[in-house]
Amino acid sequence: MFDALGEKLQKTFRNLRGRGKLSESNISQAMREIRLALLEADVNFRVARDFVATTQAKCIGQEVLNSITPGQQVVKIVHDELIALMSGEGKDQALNLPGGMATVLMVGLHGSGKTTTTGKLAKRLIAEGRKPMLVACDVYRPAAIDQLETLGQEVGAPVYSDRATQDVVAIAAAARKVALQQECNVLLVDTAGRLHIDDELIDELVRLRDKLKPHEILLVADAATGQEAVSIAERFDKALGVTGVVLTRLDGDARGGAALSMRAVTGKPIKLVGVGEKLDALDVFHPDRLVSRLLGMGDVVSLVEKAQAVVDEKQAMDLEQKLLTQQLDLEDFLNQLRQLRRMGSLEQIMGMLPGMGNVKGMAVDESELTRIEAIILSMTPQERKQPNILNPSRRRRVAAGSGTNVVQVNQLINRFNQMKKMMKKMGKLQKQMARMGGRMPGGMPKGMRFR
Amino acid sequence: MLKRFWNGLERTRNRFWEHLRTLLGKPGRLTDADIEDLEEVLIGADFGVGLTFRLIEQIRSVEKAGSGGDWMAAARSVVLEELGPKPQMPTMQATPTVVFLVGVNGAGKTTTAAKLAWRYKNEGKAVLLAACDTFRAGAIEQLRVWRERLGISMVEGAYRADPASVLFEAIAKAREERSDMLIVDTAGRLHTKRNLMAELEKMVRVAGRAVPGAPHHTWLVLDANTGGNAIQQARQFHQSLGLTGLIVTKMDGTSKGGALVSIQKELGLPVLWIGLGEAFEDLEAFDPQQFAEALFPTMEKESVRDAAVD
Repeated sequence: MFDALGEKLQKTFRNLRGRGKLSESNISQAMREIRLALLEADVNFRVARDFVATTQAKCIGQEVLNSITPGQQVVKIVHDELIALMSGEGKDQALNLPGGMATVLMVGLHGSGKTTTTGKLAKRLIAEGRKPMLVACDVYRPAAIDQLETLGQEVGAPVYSDRATQDVVAIAAAARKVALQQECNVLLVDTAGRLHIDDELIDELVRLRDKLKPHEILLVADAATGQEAVSIAERFDKALGVTGVVLTRLDGDARGGAALSMRAVTGKPIKLVGVGEKLDALDVFHPDRLVSRLLGMGDVVSLVEKAQAVVDEKQAMDLEQKLLTQQLDLEDFLNQLRQLRRMGSLEQIMGMLPGMGNVKGMAVDESELTRIEAIILSMTPQERKQPNILNPSRRRRVAAGSGTNVVQVNQLINRFNQMKKMMKKMGKLQKQMARMGGRMPGGMPKGMRFR
Repeated sequence: MLKRFWNGLERTRNRFWEHLRTLLGKPGRLTDADIEDLEEVLIGADFGVGLTFRLIEQIRSVEKAGSGGDWMAAARSVVLEELGPKPQMPTMQATPTVVFLVGVNGAGKTTTAAKLAWRYKNEGKAVLLAACDTFRAGAIEQLRVWRERLGISMVEGAYRADPASVLFEAIAKAREERSDMLIVDTAGRLHTKRNLMAELEKMVRVAGRAVPGAPHHTWLVLDANTGGNAIQQARQFHQSLGLTGLIVTKMDGTSKGGALVSIQKELGLPVLWIGLGEAFEDLEAFDPQQFAEALFPTMEKESVRDAAVD
């Protein structure tokens, strides 16, 4: 599970095998590796140093369990400590939006994604039964108002703007009145970004805050932010007292160290994360997933969850049975393919697999899947059940029907046969294990079996 | 220009300076603890772990050689070596010369497009803008505002239109108007989205078919606040499109853009421009010498010690 970092640490612990307790000297080398791993993930150097110092103290004297290697043991401790740090008291991640009229102030640097996030948040609140109104208080960036108005239209929320004035406090006050008239109950206030945090911006935001007394002040920040994350978060928090952070563009391959940095220096929770360009791509924050990502361990939990969301339990049981008895046919293959595609783009899925972090740039060709689907769909039901009846003439027909060529059809059939062979081996293995009275070592996580 | 750059990087320098001064103020050799501090200063500038170690190695060897502890010069020379000589300014290669601006969301492409247009217009070039970001709400209006302030023409399509079709039209118009330069603003996209990268690849093909050799320049716009992910972005865009240069924006904050050093080294892509502010004129040609100088200022050692004593 803890592959990348675990392996590295394993090297430092090579001479430690068999010893009872972790001592100070063998830990400190490992801690250096941990610190570098955190730095590589863009965690601020001060935060990384402090974290390593406290964690080191916790590692010393711990028993090395027999079942796992010392390297993995240390990673486990680090992993748990990071999760503890990221989740804080745990409960504070939900948005605090009381009924009546709740107000949210969105703040952040230029290009961090404030306006888009405001639109996404509106969509989310509407789904929860609230009635949000968007308020355009970014009066400086050209067309920021147009952008918010378009987003409002798309999610079906009213937008208040006033192009005649640059007095944002007046705009916000007027917006609240209109919101009350229209029986809206959440005010989402989009504010101007800056290239850096200057006094003018802070002054404007402070006046807005004092006028609106918002329930939430959300700092919007790019997940790919580097070492600066600390000073950005510190300065916004000091001036305004932010209540939480929204981390955007977490759908990229940034390691997200900024999240840890910001959490550590402000103590404020990450409340939401942006995970795509579409307006419903706003998610609650899962500390454990981010920690896995920080340590380069993949995001297995998300993957399993996604699988569970799209896979029909009964269908899966049937499939497992078929796999074990080697009755898999192309119809099942097609079903599998479709389920896989429902989980999201292949790239997304690959990104969540442990150890795949580095190969993420690898081109995953979605059109290949479309082609396979087309080929199977061009077969008769009987051909799908018994692929071995596909003689050259049938293959030519399938190729013509699916707009492919015979080579591609052959490739698919070969691949399918290979897969069947593999499954046969696995089936045998499992039977053997069953005879020996043991289950698969460790067992596979629920929902992961052969899906 | 030096002054503007200097001012822009003042904050950066001050912070560096504080750290460096405390190091220099100590007599004798650099201790391990000092080196650790230095390591953190460099990492704090987003230089990345790898480059930081290389720099430290250099500084160590200078120290060991007993050169009087002038490791600032060593650090400067290492940065300069990574960056190479001052890049050649982009040339007009055809009429129209087609320039693509690409990058992740929020990097500052649209603003940079306007700044570039302003700059080339002032050089007497006829510039045409192509608003090919048909995805982000408000992107076309944003460029339209800039275009009106600049008084230049622009080609735009409807939202959700195929950006390649807008580009095709823009090239036709550039030909018709005999524009010297066509600046193409594209939609921001994460480098990990295969289909969106393919969309850009298609635009490159369309440009190449319409004007031989186009796009003549493909510049990646990069936010100076970005950490280690910057290199991933650059790698992926480079692989898909064959970049010809970088533009680093938002350099006027406390951000140092240290990531650009690794990118230039690994991919051999010159940093052509840096964005230093919000006004049209706040786009400067990048000068490695000045960058290195701003990070590790040259100073007589005596005055450094004096400053440290003060």
